[in-house]
Amino acid sequence: MIEILSYPFMQRALIAALLTGLIAPAIGTYVVQRRLSLLGDGLGHVALAGVGLALLTGTAPIPIAVVACIAGAVVVEILRQRGKASGDVGLAAGVFLSGISGVGAAGLTQYLFGSLTTVTPNDLTLIALLAVVILVITLGLAPQLYAVSTDEEFARTQGLRVRLYHITVVSLAAVTVALAMRTVGLLLVSALMVVPVAAARNLVRGFTSGLGCAIAIGVATAVGGAAASFYINAAPGAFIVLLAIGFFVLSWPLSYLVRRRRAAAVLPELVDDDELVAAHMVTESHPHRHAPGCGHPAVQHGDHTDFIHEGHRHAAHADHYDEH
Amino acid sequence: MLVETGTVLAAEDLTVELGGLPVLRGVGIAVRAGEAVALLGGNGSGKSTLVRTVLGLLPHQRGTVRLFGSPLRDFRDWSRIGYVPQRSAALFGGSKVKEVVAAGRLARRRLFRPLPRADRDAVRTAITLVGLAEQRNADIAELSGGQQQRALIARALAGEPDLLVLDEPISGVDLEHQRVLADVLAGLLSAGTSALVVLHDVGPLGSLLDRAVVLSDGRVVHDGALGDLGQHRRRLGGHEYLDHGPAAAPDHDDRERLLGGAVEP
Repeated sequence: MIEILSYPFMQRALIAALLTGLIAPAIGTYVVQRRLSLLGDGLGHVALAGVGLALLTGTAPIPIAVVACIAGAVVVEILRQRGKASGDVGLAAGVFLSGISGVGAAGLTQYLFGSLTTVTPNDLTLIALLAVVILVITLGLAPQLYAVSTDEEFARTQGLRVRLYHITVVSLAAVTVALAMRTVGLLLVSALMVVPVAAARNLVRGFTSGLGCAIAIGVATAVGGAAASFYINAAPGAFIVLLAIGFFVLSWPLSYLVRRRRAAAVLPELVDDDELVAAHMVTESHPHRHAPGCGHPAVQHGDHTDFIHEGHRHAAHADHYDEH
Repeated sequence: MLVETGTVLAAEDLTVELGGLPVLRGVGIAVRAGEAVALLGGNGSGKSTLVRTVLGLLPHQRGTVRLFGSPLRDFRDWSRIGYVPQRSAALFGGSKVKEVVAAGRLARRRLFRPLPRADRDAVRTAITLVGLAEQRNADIAELSGGQQQRALIARALAGEPDLLVLDEPISGVDLEHQRVLADVLAGLLSAGTSALVVLHDVGPLGSLLDRAVVLSDGRVVHDGALGDLGQHRRRLGGHEYLDHGPAAAPDHDDRERLLGGAVEP
């Protein structure tokens, strides 16, 4: 780990991976909640069109891809809100755009699968700036975005500007996709937005915990995958997504265990049940005196000791024993 | 147009078409401050459409809607309204009960702020009121249908609204909790809250309601005291809440049946 940190390009790559791992599940949580899991794929095509445009004009690809993605996402969202188009039409539009921009397969591989060595200092600055914006919005507006993504109609009766929030979510998703093309690549960014969220849902309960858990999984897989790709000298995107899927596969049996533990915790327990203690039941006539070492097993019960006596629990009380 | 003071919800001449078919045809309805109005009608009579239209969830082709005196378009005071929908996408799961209920405070919350103590208390109170205190950390999808319905009611109550708009709030809720909810509603009404309640069956809420508006085929066919409903029985014949079959009781028994809390088993 020390070795790879000594290369400046690798430092940039790991920071870029860390930021991608933070933002992709953060925005992905809302995308999944809105049942738009395939949004990332569609936006990947639009980003590709942006890259094509950048290659044609000889400008930096990331800023162009960010702008193209936001524009594409907003247009598709407005069409969707007007009921004129579904997400699929947007997908087709993205493919069409990348087609007319004249981008061939050559030279695009690094954007499709991610390429750590190509993250420039300028790219990193832009990624860091936009990542801060995305995190501030996805975490700071979490209650509003949650409500809008889960129950749009109710959110409207709370006076939330639902359309504005929807456009915010798809725009942030667009930015995430465009930024992730260096780390995970455009083909697999959609997976990094969705898979950690799915794994987190298996592991924890509730929306807020799910958001936190998904981000943790995203960071672990993005940084781990980026580091692994350095040693094996392969595209980072595949490693990152493979790790994320590994988390998801493991989360299945884990979720089963977690659920069983929760179910077990609900079963009534013998000890510390105030109601049983409150119901004062005196034992039948009981000449034997319990004491430590009297032959009856002693168990601690709250602030006193019970003695197991023929399947009952006897507790000393004044001049008699109570059933506990 | 002047709205008399104290009218919290007023719709006039409301016409709504969905997919080219008229669902509401010139409907007028008003809820005055402190009043509890039942909205009755058979399946497809336009009850839910009317409720959703006055809340701005559906567009209307003609007519006016005013909430607390403001035209719908200018209305911003959404914390005064608590809506319980008939169905909610919030029930698909992935949220704790308390997270669903906390959404009912959003109209009062400011952006980029953590949940203030007052809001947290209001959420807890609302959950306790509907009897879900033990389930507040459970996933909403793990609850039974009746419990989910109570969670949606808690969400509307959490905002401490002045007007409750309830779309079949007690359908699917067991008898015991129907009474619990009726008590909660009674408490709110006596504290001055107004309510518009869509009902299929008057049930245990009957004694709480001041007035009934009956829709049939997108038109208002009755607007008045619940007790007068009997006179309309012939016109409305066939609707479950009025006529339970050919052996239905004579007219003078309708009032008793509607007010007496008869509930379908």
